Amino acid sequence: MDTKAGDKQAKPNIPNELGLTKSDYRGRPSTLCQGCGHNSISSQIIAAFYELSIPPERIIKMSGIGCSSKSPAYFLSRSFGFNSLHGRMPTVTTGAVMVNHSLKAIGLSGDGDTASIGLSHFKNIVRRNVPMIYIIENNGVYGLTKGQFSATSDKGLELKNVGVNPFMPIDICMEALVAGAGFVARSFAGDPRQVTELLKAAFHFQGTAVLDIVSPCVTFNNRDESSQSYRWGRARKEPLHDITWVPKRKEIHVEFEPGEVLDVDMHDGSQIRFKKLERDYNPTDRISAMKMLEDSCCRGILVTGLIYINEETPPLDEIENLVDLPLTQLSVDALRPSKEKLDTFIERYR
Amino acid sequence: MNTKAAENEVQATGAGQGKIINDFSMVVATVNGSGSQTSNLALIRALFRMGIPVSGKNMFPSNIQGMPTYFTVRANKDGFTARREKMEILIGMNPETFDEDLTNLVEGGVCFYPDQFQIPETRDDVVFYPMPVQQIVKEQNPPRVLQNYMRNMVYVGVVSELLGIEMGEIRRALESHFKGREKSIELNMQIVEASALWARENLVKEDKYIVERDNQTEGMIMLDGNTAGALGTIFGGVSFVAWYPITPGSSLAEALQSNLPRLRKDEETSKQTYAIIQTEDELAAIGMIIGAGWAGARAMTSTSGPGVSLMAEFAGFAYFTEIPIVIWDVQRMGPSTGLPTRTSQGDILFTRFLGHGDTQQIMLIPGNIEECFEFGWRSFDIAERLQAPVFVLSDLDLGMNLWMSKPFEYPDQPMDRGKVLTAEDLEKIEEYARYRDVDGDGIPYRTLPGTDHPKAAYFLRGSGHNEQAFYSERPEVYSANMDRLARKYETAREHMPKPVIEENEGAAIALIAYGSTDPAIKEALSRLAAQGTKIDYLRIRAVPFTDEIHDFIRKHDRIYVVEMNTNGQMHMLLRLEMPDQATKLISLTHNNGLPMSARWVTEAVLVLEGGNNGH
Repeated sequence: MDTKAGDKQAKPNIPNELGLTKSDYRGRPSTLCQGCGHNSISSQIIAAFYELSIPPERIIKMSGIGCSSKSPAYFLSRSFGFNSLHGRMPTVTTGAVMVNHSLKAIGLSGDGDTASIGLSHFKNIVRRNVPMIYIIENNGVYGLTKGQFSATSDKGLELKNVGVNPFMPIDICMEALVAGAGFVARSFAGDPRQVTELLKAAFHFQGTAVLDIVSPCVTFNNRDESSQSYRWGRARKEPLHDITWVPKRKEIHVEFEPGEVLDVDMHDGSQIRFKKLERDYNPTDRISAMKMLEDSCCRGILVTGLIYINEETPPLDEIENLVDLPLTQLSVDALRPSKEKLDTFIERYR
Repeated sequence: MNTKAAENEVQATGAGQGKIINDFSMVVATVNGSGSQTSNLALIRALFRMGIPVSGKNMFPSNIQGMPTYFTVRANKDGFTARREKMEILIGMNPETFDEDLTNLVEGGVCFYPDQFQIPETRDDVVFYPMPVQQIVKEQNPPRVLQNYMRNMVYVGVVSELLGIEMGEIRRALESHFKGREKSIELNMQIVEASALWARENLVKEDKYIVERDNQTEGMIMLDGNTAGALGTIFGGVSFVAWYPITPGSSLAEALQSNLPRLRKDEETSKQTYAIIQTEDELAAIGMIIGAGWAGARAMTSTSGPGVSLMAEFAGFAYFTEIPIVIWDVQRMGPSTGLPTRTSQGDILFTRFLGHGDTQQIMLIPGNIEECFEFGWRSFDIAERLQAPVFVLSDLDLGMNLWMSKPFEYPDQPMDRGKVLTAEDLEKIEEYARYRDVDGDGIPYRTLPGTDHPKAAYFLRGSGHNEQAFYSERPEVYSANMDRLARKYETAREHMPKPVIEENEGAAIALIAYGSTDPAIKEALSRLAAQGTKIDYLRIRAVPFTDEIHDFIRKHDRIYVVEMNTNGQMHMLLRLEMPDQATKLISLTHNNGLPMSARWVTEAVLVLEGGNNGH
């Protein structure tokens, strides 16, 4: 039974709840390769934000360096973008959302940007639970510098200029889990529906939502034997569940067999609905998630879906006990204590 | 010879028979981790409260426990508080270094020591006062866990008794240290008083150093530059701080951490009007403040040389993308780890050009505690006005040692948030271009993320960009942008704090210095004047240089550029700035980890002046 409750596919030229059409969410023409997985993800970002009726002015698009990090130019032109330094996107995003928590950040990164040069920032942003969507467009290769290994390259991957990779890859989802992430998803650029639903769910998660999306590089790493190729993904993709994000107050009255559906409540009243496929999988159990990742790695399959969800950890702005108004909107009086306060305060140094 | 120089000479020879009042350098030699800080602060605060000009310098090793540490109190009735190379009074508490410490005493100096130490026969000119430390502590029997601290209270009592430091002021110093915690105050005072009583009954005053109440510190405050910088930052309206621990930059961030809650909580909700984050490294620290500065907040970090090195890429990025941020570099010795707990002015050249490509950074250089406070808030006005990173270059001596200061002046100007366009502004204009020089001063207009207008957004990038912030590799677009940034740097000169100039009638030679060396320079100039060498003095407070610096250099025949690094870094910058004046600029450098002394400055100038006598 397929409900598609949160999947109201608005037609491109039909205005959404804000009166914006899909073209209001588009970006500049992509300069990435034809067939690049990243372009497909950009399209799903456009679709998800359009369908969710998010004002583009509320979004900030953050990125590091690499092909993935160029992609924010290709969606949401009306949103501010910040193309930062290699591996440093999480740091810049932390500063921006802490001083203006009314902004919603979407970070675009790659496997080199996140798992090689920026691994420390990635793990620390997850640990702090900075409110943002963190997308890794994972193709297991450096594209912009023309074909070198990243930390997620398959062991045994052969590239023209650098030979054979002798090292095991880092599993980004596992790293996120170990760092304490509350939203860990893996998907495949060739599965647009799942990517869109995951994006919608991620948007409504209050902390760091990690989406590791296998996004094949058609130029440097798309040979059939590569686990990051289109053919591998299509053949070995194994969804954990059918996932749907369900908006608040849109009750769906459909009868399910016991154990067929799991609904997880989000802090804002929306829900994530997991519909069972072949296997029993509980996305709220962290140890099972780790075990599942280890198993799928051994079996050579690409498990996709929302691997882990847990909204218990408060986001960083809540931990820091910030005032309700964004810090960037505070009045001069709130920012600069009075002269009397200064005169009194320095008494302690007499 | 005039009085000040003469007196120092007299002290050095020990020839004077009379009393020496309010004029000495007193060194407490201990082992680090032995808990002497409370005692040392009690002594210096009591002197300060007695109206005597003082400074306190902590010379400590890069270590937690067990290495030699020195706390120096200089008291000087003429207000000179720079480091002195010799000491008049030694409180020798470290058996390992005792013999060597004694060699630094002037002739006729004084030594207080625990009575179990052996006095070497080499210093029969020194007056020795034994202190029965163990006996007094045993008799007073404080709680076992506090015995280390109490041992150090013995010297507070004995030294106060023999020098004439008022017991009431020791008590008030402890009251302020323990913030009114009665039990701690009484416990410490009990040892101090017992020790003073013991000294009164058992020791005979044989040395000539005494302390008398004066009125020179009335209305003054005493603190370290990092705390002053933190307070300035708070009154500057900081709302985001990110930092990574590093000596000597940490204590500025820690002063923010402890004082922000006292000054910047929303009174109704008790929620914070700021965020402060200790990061995973310095790259994250500067990355976060760049994100915050871009989003429209006043954001800063505090670090030291090695941290600045790690920040280089982001510093160039912020310069090129034009994001206001403030970076405090509390300088220490390099290169590399260098001497991590020793002072230096070695980051001048590096910071000036920090970033790859053609980067020109702005630097503010405070020379005293008031300026640490002032540049704390003013740096934000400058950064936001110029949409650029602003570096505040302090150093370990200024940042971590105790200095006297006038009470801080409240900011005399409203906050300058710079050229920011709101949604209403955007409604009125035809086209918005982030990097367009509308006003001819090189400073473009910016919009802040979240501005609710379809024209507001732009895509910020460190790569080549045109006026609309679009990616561009066109040669003419790149050149035009760099030309505008150069124009902006010229505009920056108008916003820099002007130098402080002290001119003397008829002086043909001059001295240029900056930062924490100011007290040593002033004392040296006074000595040189007493010997007939008249020198004009200019203290640089910012880079880029202002017209006053050009004028000053042009009108002097010889200018000594005095600084605490080996290569003469400011000297190089001045010669680059004024190549036609380069041969007039003479570099004098002092770089061994210790703060500059007046003696060093005086002799360095005299050696080069030879028989010139200022002509």
